[in-house]
Amino acid sequence: MQKVYLTDTGRTIRRWLWPCVGLLCALLAAGCKKSGEGGEIKVGEFASLTGKEATFGVSSHEGTVLGVEQINAAGGVLGKKLELLTEDDLSKAGEPATAVNKLISRDGVVAILGEVASSRSLEAAPICQQSQIPMISPSSTNPKVTETGDYIFRVCFIDPFQGTVMANFAAKTLKAKKVAIFTDVKSDYSIGLAKFFKAGFLANGGQVVAELDYSGGDKDFKAQLTEIKSAGPDAVFVPGYYTDVALICIQAKQLNVTAPLFGGDGWESDQLVKIGQDAVEGDYFSTHYAPDVDTPQSKSFVASYEKRYGGKVPDAMAALGYDSVMILADAIKRAGTTDGPKIRDALAATKDFACATGKTSINAQRDATKPAVILQVKDGKFKYIETVNP
Amino acid sequence: MNWFLQQSINGLALGSIYALIALGYTMVYGVLRFINFAHSDVMMLGAFAAYFLAPPMAKVFSAQSYSGALAVMVLSAAICAIIGILIEILAYRPLRRRPKLTVLITAIGVSLFIEYTCQHQSVFGAATRPFPKLIPERDFQFGGLSVNSSDIGVLIVTALLLAGMWWIVQRTRVGVAMRAVSFNERAAALMGVNINRIISFTFGLGSALAAVAGVFFSMRAQGIEPLMGVQPGLRAFTAAVVGGIGNLPGAALGGILLGLLETFAGGVPGLSNYRDGISFAILILILLFKPAGLLGKAQVEKV
Repeated sequence: MQKVYLTDTGRTIRRWLWPCVGLLCALLAAGCKKSGEGGEIKVGEFASLTGKEATFGVSSHEGTVLGVEQINAAGGVLGKKLELLTEDDLSKAGEPATAVNKLISRDGVVAILGEVASSRSLEAAPICQQSQIPMISPSSTNPKVTETGDYIFRVCFIDPFQGTVMANFAAKTLKAKKVAIFTDVKSDYSIGLAKFFKAGFLANGGQVVAELDYSGGDKDFKAQLTEIKSAGPDAVFVPGYYTDVALICIQAKQLNVTAPLFGGDGWESDQLVKIGQDAVEGDYFSTHYAPDVDTPQSKSFVASYEKRYGGKVPDAMAALGYDSVMILADAIKRAGTTDGPKIRDALAATKDFACATGKTSINAQRDATKPAVILQVKDGKFKYIETVNP
Repeated sequence: MNWFLQQSINGLALGSIYALIALGYTMVYGVLRFINFAHSDVMMLGAFAAYFLAPPMAKVFSAQSYSGALAVMVLSAAICAIIGILIEILAYRPLRRRPKLTVLITAIGVSLFIEYTCQHQSVFGAATRPFPKLIPERDFQFGGLSVNSSDIGVLIVTALLLAGMWWIVQRTRVGVAMRAVSFNERAAALMGVNINRIISFTFGLGSALAAVAGVFFSMRAQGIEPLMGVQPGLRAFTAAVVGGIGNLPGAALGGILLGLLETFAGGVPGLSNYRDGISFAILILILLFKPAGLLGKAQVEKV
């Protein structure tokens, strides 16, 4: 008898457990939504605060935080304050999906800001698209990111533009006839940028003498660099991220590769100089922004950023992080509601919005059109060389 | 020709590091018959130990001096030896009478534990840190070939350590005891060999080798992070198997072979993407024809 009784209880529990859990979840979710509709507008952010691309994530996050503080100090949006909820994705594949799911279903955010790296933005984008939550990537430059769907936006230029800019730079300023390309096959960003650079450089009448690959996180690049050296290029294009790039520059110097190395916005980090030291000296890269840019928005951003972060000079990622939240706030204001589809429509209609990185319009592909700048590593600092307009 | 010679130099230097790590894998396997997967993480800890030891050592000795580098290396090796012994006592010893599979899974657990603890912001954090220069970096140029001073250093040290290990195992009392434990643990115990002490010693020695490998690895690629051990560890493990696991010269041979294969495959345009695929395919072929590894003796399982 005893046994039968137990089994019955078990069955009853089994029968009621899941509905109960479901109900509880629904209640919790409703609770979350309610609190969102009450005092604050919740905005989710996922960023690489630690890990391989940590300096990007941290800069971008600092810019975003500054933006939120300024918006709230000015009275918030729709009479409510913005509340920024941040998740760290450790610069790792797999983490963004978890982080974004958490932000959307648990916290009930009205929009998502992130990520710096294209690969991780691509991971989060389908989730935001499905949940009809607008996502704004501050600085993912791979075209595929916004192709995911009509809820995905970005506030930076895209790689076809950046690749062309660097191709023209190599051909015209560096006067290179032969280049080698060294790509990170693990990164959508690197592959995309290499492709567009190659097309642009060939269109300039140049020649690509060697194309080699590495996988992000590798520590030994001497095999590929030896091959690059024997191909005798005038310049080497390395569209990678700063940690790998610094090691590549060191080993290139050890192998006596004399051609200058140059790359894209993935280079811009003080870690590049800290790890690479004299090996990165004289190399070039393109990026979104330089503090030298002379617009009132840029100047006020640089001043307030330096004040907020103890004299730290903002980099491109910080400026884009700041811009991403500014554009979002502007869109929510124009939408007059925190409803996902309405914010989306307002974001898509953004036109000539004055940002820290320059006037930004969102085009039909939900990408921003804006100028690029080229910097050079000089005496351990980044020196402004030129601005290239789209 | 220059290309070939330069790639050989690159491959040898990389291979010696794999060889150093492989020695640790193979020694532990030789005595305990299981793969210590946490070995590659001990290598990472060795690199971090050197990272923190380098600034104080630079004050005692002059910065970027060979004596300073030696001191850093010896101290890191000592720290890692202690860590290795602790890992064995805490994680593996309680499981010694259990099936080998249990210990193997535990080893993977220990490995993940170290990796993810170290990635936490309050330990090392996941960001890459610049590794200080330990020895005066010089790039020697011989008619278009370039050899870095740390490449020469790693070759010499690997050769010396391999000889040292061989001497310890073949010519000392501890070595005799190690071989006895490896041959038959129970019989060795009955003959008065202190099994626990020998196993601790083996772990200490293997972990010290891992630390040295870690320091050299970081000298070549001057950025260290908590997951830096994973890739070289996996390759060194393969090297140990290809050379004949449990066999010291085999581990060194396997390491050098793998380093050369990877470098040559990586240096060919169009193939550099597949360099691991190619080198591992060749290793699989070797194992198909020599299942016990290049220098391993085929053992008949007694039933």
